[in-house]
Amino acid sequence: MTYFIDRRPNAKHKSAVNRQRFLERYRKHIKRSVEEAVNRRSITDMERGEKISIPTKDISEPVFQHGPGGARNIVAPGNKEFLPGDKIRRPGGQGGGGGAGEGSASNQGEGDDEFAFTLSREEFLEFVFDGLELPHLQRKPLKSLEEIKMVRAGLSRDGVPARISITRSMREAYARRIAMRAPIKRALKEAQQALEDEERKDTVLRNPARIVELKAEIERLEKRIEAVPFIDTYDLRYHQLSAQPQPSSQAVMFCVMDVSGSMTQNHKDIAKRFFLLLYLFLEKHYEKVELVFVRHHTAAREVSEEEFFYSRETGGTIVSSALTLVNKIIQARYPAEKWNLYVAQASDGDNWDDDSNTCRDLLIKQLMPQLQYYAYVEITPHDHQSLWHEYQSVAEHFPERFAMQQIVGAGDIYPVFRELFKRRLNQAR
Amino acid sequence: MSASQKPIATGSDWNFNDLERFNDKLAALADEYRLNTYPNQIEVITTEQMMDAYASVGMPVGYHHWSFGKQFLAVEQAYKRGQMGLAYELVINSNPCIAYLMEENTLMMQVLVMAHACYGHNSFFKGNYLFRTWTDAESIVDYLVFARQYIAQCEERHGVHAVEQLLDACHALQNYGVDRYKRPSPISAEEEAKRQDEREAYLQTQVNMLWRTIPELPGNATPLPGSLHSDDDPLGLHSGGNYPPEPQENLLYFIEKNAPLLAPWQREMVRIVRKLAQYFYPQRQTQVMNEGWACFWHYTLMNRLYDEGDVDEGLMLEFLQSHAAVINQPDFDSPYYNGINPYALGFAIFMDIKRICEAPTEEDQQWFPDIAGTPWRSTLEFAMCNFKDESFIQQYLSPKVMRDLKLFLIVDDDQVETLVVGAIHNEQGYRRVRDALSTQYALSVKEPNIQVVEAAIRGDRSLTLHHIQDSRRPLGRSVYPVIRHLHELWGFPVRLVSMDEGRVTHRYRWPVEEESKDKS
Repeated sequence: MTYFIDRRPNAKHKSAVNRQRFLERYRKHIKRSVEEAVNRRSITDMERGEKISIPTKDISEPVFQHGPGGARNIVAPGNKEFLPGDKIRRPGGQGGGGGAGEGSASNQGEGDDEFAFTLSREEFLEFVFDGLELPHLQRKPLKSLEEIKMVRAGLSRDGVPARISITRSMREAYARRIAMRAPIKRALKEAQQALEDEERKDTVLRNPARIVELKAEIERLEKRIEAVPFIDTYDLRYHQLSAQPQPSSQAVMFCVMDVSGSMTQNHKDIAKRFFLLLYLFLEKHYEKVELVFVRHHTAAREVSEEEFFYSRETGGTIVSSALTLVNKIIQARYPAEKWNLYVAQASDGDNWDDDSNTCRDLLIKQLMPQLQYYAYVEITPHDHQSLWHEYQSVAEHFPERFAMQQIVGAGDIYPVFRELFKRRLNQAR
Repeated sequence: MSASQKPIATGSDWNFNDLERFNDKLAALADEYRLNTYPNQIEVITTEQMMDAYASVGMPVGYHHWSFGKQFLAVEQAYKRGQMGLAYELVINSNPCIAYLMEENTLMMQVLVMAHACYGHNSFFKGNYLFRTWTDAESIVDYLVFARQYIAQCEERHGVHAVEQLLDACHALQNYGVDRYKRPSPISAEEEAKRQDEREAYLQTQVNMLWRTIPELPGNATPLPGSLHSDDDPLGLHSGGNYPPEPQENLLYFIEKNAPLLAPWQREMVRIVRKLAQYFYPQRQTQVMNEGWACFWHYTLMNRLYDEGDVDEGLMLEFLQSHAAVINQPDFDSPYYNGINPYALGFAIFMDIKRICEAPTEEDQQWFPDIAGTPWRSTLEFAMCNFKDESFIQQYLSPKVMRDLKLFLIVDDDQVETLVVGAIHNEQGYRRVRDALSTQYALSVKEPNIQVVEAAIRGDRSLTLHHIQDSRRPLGRSVYPVIRHLHELWGFPVRLVSMDEGRVTHRYRWPVEEESKDKS
């Protein structure tokens, strides 16, 4: 008696719960690996999983086992030259290396001392953001910059030589030539026919004057046919373009960070996650996202990502230097008509008191009118300083496009992010 | 036999129709050989489902635990990196007997798997005395469902973490959750559930009885039982006998019944792990026999299919290649050597028994006078039903098989500078090699022998276990994590004493204290 059952359509991922349990249990280990990965990887390289290794001794399930030592008998197959009483040097020098009877203990085989497995992309991001639920990153109707794009819109009789449509021009010329030659050809044919008739007549009846006349006529007509031009200015056709507004598909994200002595590596790691999240969000929305890293202490400089996050500087803090540099870069490379501009700034809130006013003015007068969005996070558990207060007045001017939040630990990033974007998303709908 | 008939199917693609026709044919042949089987339930599954099944040790339903997740990740990783192919089949000792076929298998594989699992393993499960005694094929699936539900309920009531911790502790001891010599009572999910409340209440009173009269002894100055002077204990309250009166080998059973502080639900979970360990107990002891038996039958049945023209030469060649790979035994010095291949050893012995029955040599007459020349089918059946690996090898490993596999014995004694070849496959060595190989498969030698000898019910409530060393072999490093788990279950100090021929060689204790450190 036998039944066949096709289980293939059944639910997969039966082990999903156990897998989650495992990840949960080794959260600490995995988080460490993920953190290392985040620090190692570029912001633009977060959309894949990660291979995680955990020392086997940390995750073994202990059972009572024999340790090395004592005496044991081992039966092995494949004897070739041994005779009873032969002595063999111990492999590896340790007692009882090849205990054949102990297979049940490690079923991972090969005695690896690392247990390795791969986190999926989702799991990876989840660990990056400390298990906080990630938003469903979708194309949200964020309002974005209109860009003029020229599209082909038929043909016209005038234009610049570069836009000549050769086929269409030649076709026009061909038609015109047919049209212009046709009546002449008809007349020519009639003349030739008349000449022929005349010449076929009896010599007595021929009219020599008529023949001469006809011949002249034919010659004249042939000249006229030749005179029809192969191509004429009338024939020329040009591709026509018309201007159409289109949403711009490119964005540039300025990461601005304070690297003065007061920013520790921990601050920077938190900032990196903040930048990363914004990047992930923009990447879903725009075809092309460029990153510009501007770091500053008393002077600002555009740097590579590597340098941005990992080189250390000391000194005071003048935030306006960075804002000025951002503005300059925008003028030079990312005209506001062509690019969606985003600025994300992370700082611990320190600034020279006098400078905060300057920042406010810079933002209100120069930067904000060009930007899509400005997000400022202050990573500090302490009280706010002058920069925060000045920024608050900027936020009042541009409530839709300027957001600021305070972060204390890595876990705060996502809620902050949601807070930053919530208003915008609602408003855009 | 007529080879004129058309094959049932050819090529490597299969469909359910073909499978059914092959199965009918195999069933008829199995009948002819009088193979006694449970009904078969053949399930076709995907690769991923196979990995799932792997991770849950083939259980169709399992409770949740991180260790299964770890197993799954390990399997998945190895499979993706191509380090490991998945087994073609997985079969569960239940009634009906559930066998999994992977959809990627070729036609030949499916037929092979059906012959191997649905008739080979299946009849072994039904016939072998260990399985008949220790497992209950009728109710295992129901019991698994019960276990899963019960543990899920516990998770809801007491939190996932508490349950996980308890399961960790139980898993550490699950190899010591079996009565080795006593037939266990059968399991039944229905009755389990019905009697559960009753049992909870009863158990608790039992435990309370046991511990009720114990006075809390203050501080660390707790004397060991029996060590009080009669002056301090004029009424003789502490001079009662030892508890338990006999050493107990079933640690989980002892915990379930006697651990003073476990809540009823915790006892129930200990019981579940214990019952499942018991279910797997026969499998751990019959690997060589079970696989050998299944290989013997797939080999026999496939050849019959070919003889009767149900499969063509192409399929047969594919089968032989695959069969040869399964029963390949690399030599000890080969880079592929990974111990003795149970498939190879088992298959060789069963084939040899058949040979001894059909065409005994003089040597066979001498070594196996009782089976030489007997009808092979019933001799084979007897061998399958009444042995476990240890005794099966002792009984049936013939000189010819030892010669074929070129088995030899190495003695590894840490008191001797080199390894010594103890015996080889020759007239003088056969018996020693056979004894040694048989012992190698004895669970009591594979696993350290550890028993509960005393629960200090009149003293500090500590639990004392003895480890009886075998040939001076000490415990591995995992001993501390395990006794820590044991301590979690017991709730009071746990001592473990390693003994070698009556002499104490090592003392372990959890929680670790100065006292034990000094001695070690």
